[in-house]
Amino acid sequence: MLFGRDAEQRYNRKSFLRMKVLRSGWLRWLVIVLALLLFAFLLFLVWAHRPPIAEITPPPRTAFAAAEIRRGENLARIGNCVSCHQSAHGRPFAGGYGVQSPFGTIYGTNITPDAQTGIGRWSLEAFTRSMREGVSRDGRHLYPAFPYTHYTLVSDADLRALYAYFMTRDPVRAEAPVNELPLPLKFRPFIAGWKLLFFEPDRFRRDPDQSAEWNRGAYLGEGLAHCSACHSPRNWLGAEQRSEAYNGGWSAGWYAPPLNETSPAVRAWTARRLQSYLRTGLSVHHAAAAGPMGPVTHNLARADEADVRALSSYYAWWMRDAPASNREPPLADRSETARRAHPAGAALFAGACATCHEPGATMMALGGRPALPLGSPLHERHPHDTIQIILNGLQPPVDEAGPFMPAYRDILTDRQVAQLVAYLRTRYGSGPEWPDLVEEVTEARENSAP
Amino acid sequence: MIELEVNGTSHRINVDPATPLLYVLRDDLDLHAAKFGCGLGQCGSCTVLVDDKPVFACITPIAALAGRMITTVEGLGTREAPGIVQQAFAEEQAAQCGYCIPGMMARAEALLRRTTSPSEAEMRAAMRPVLCRCGTHMRILRAVRRAAAMRGGGVTDAAEPVR
Ligand code: FES
Ligand code: FES
Repeated sequence: MLFGRDAEQRYNRKSFLRMKVLRSGWLRWLVIVLALLLFAFLLFLVWAHRPPIAEITPPPRTAFAAAEIRRGENLARIGNCVSCHQSAHGRPFAGGYGVQSPFGTIYGTNITPDAQTGIGRWSLEAFTRSMREGVSRDGRHLYPAFPYTHYTLVSDADLRALYAYFMTRDPVRAEAPVNELPLPLKFRPFIAGWKLLFFEPDRFRRDPDQSAEWNRGAYLGEGLAHCSACHSPRNWLGAEQRSEAYNGGWSAGWYAPPLNETSPAVRAWTARRLQSYLRTGLSVHHAAAAGPMGPVTHNLARADEADVRALSSYYAWWMRDAPASNREPPLADRSETARRAHPAGAALFAGACATCHEPGATMMALGGRPALPLGSPLHERHPHDTIQIILNGLQPPVDEAGPFMPAYRDILTDRQVAQLVAYLRTRYGSGPEWPDLVEEVTEARENSAP
Repeated sequence: MIELEVNGTSHRINVDPATPLLYVLRDDLDLHAAKFGCGLGQCGSCTVLVDDKPVFACITPIAALAGRMITTVEGLGTREAPGIVQQAFAEEQAAQCGYCIPGMMARAEALLRRTTSPSEAEMRAAMRPVLCRCGTHMRILRAVRRAAAMRGGGVTDAAEPVR
């Protein structure tokens, strides 16, 4: 007797139990299914695993050539990196801005070369992997709020220059806030599954049938500048819908209008007009850059002029078949109709807006302020941009002296903003009346609370 | 006819509902603290409080104000019994020509009603919409720090101590 009596008995009882479980029908299946699931899950974990890349001693400034750093600075401006990697009162690139996604808030990280809280211990290899594959130095998958789906197109030389630029910023000790996501989404290996569905590491390929400028614009626009991240719709898993590229999308509660043949602009977006808009934050044929687009123009105004020209001609090409490119319609001013339809809105407009916006007002005489019907918001499918501008006003996008509009969030109630928006749509806009305006205003007010 | 509540008193006003609050305050109610600077919502010299929030009275039509609580600098205290913000501004001698000061005081009051312990950056951001052509900013900021301290709080990372 090898096991002794006790052990034998225990063994028998155990195997008896096991037999019973396996014999009773559904229980057996349950065990098998669970075992398979567990196995599949383990396989998934192995597959999703990315190794960490070894830490380095933070390199001194002198390790990078001045020309390389300058080049990286230009690229960082084109990429608008600072918008997500700086909080409202924080230092540049120290992180902390919360990207609002339908799933929760994801915070931009600290990309200054601080050794503890930034990327000071990241090698070029680790930096490159994060940009091209969305994997952090320590092997964690990064949420696609960080647009590696675009950055994967960036060339080796440009990644080197960006690395040189970030590694030579002042290191700032700042821990990014913890992401506010539901529990299952905090489990980062799931991001690998997302990538399997929606992400393919890639490199930019030039189109030989197009000009060098077009190709430069495409390389920057689809890559670092990641314009379609806001200007394209996303599916329910938050991935850009490539088949509907530039059909309009969302950013921080603002509607980013289409940049293709469905552009609602009533004046053509030519390359020249785009160039002056992107460089100054104001197109006299359209409007001032507002919302998240303000910082974009702020940065592009400081970027290389030829690069911005390339972006302009690329996006003018995207909008070449938009209605306004074909024929610029006369501007509407249905003041009587609007006043009769929305008398309360008309009174609010007269007291709150007219001194600046009524045709012939003092403000309109200043430095080429475009008339209200020229801007896209009143012609858009959604009322959000009009609502946002009224609630939150307009900060000078590029220079302190640029166009400024005060916020009306503390002046007007939700109902009053809604009345004003309805009046504006009827008087100057196009398209059907917007439904549920009061609710939209309430929501926009809550989501954009300062 | 619109009923306006200004500094705790109710007034029945019979003017065009599109009339900016600033004109009603100055012309109909004889409250001259809020000043006309630009009339375009750009300079802030007309700032008053509506429901504890700072607004530009020059671009606030009275049509928007039924049932809301308006406070002007006259409502913060009197010459004999000045309010805390007024005292702080006087003690810091925070005025040159004084044109912007009622707007500055309204801004400061709104900030301190929201929090008596703002950060320096928060305080500066709150004061920023009011322009001062005389360059009195350093004294004005001192006055706001002092007012915060007098209200039992204080600017958390003050650029200068209150003396
Ligand atoms: S007078 Fe109202 S902001 Fe200038
Ligand atoms: S003290 Fe003169 S404008 Fe401020």
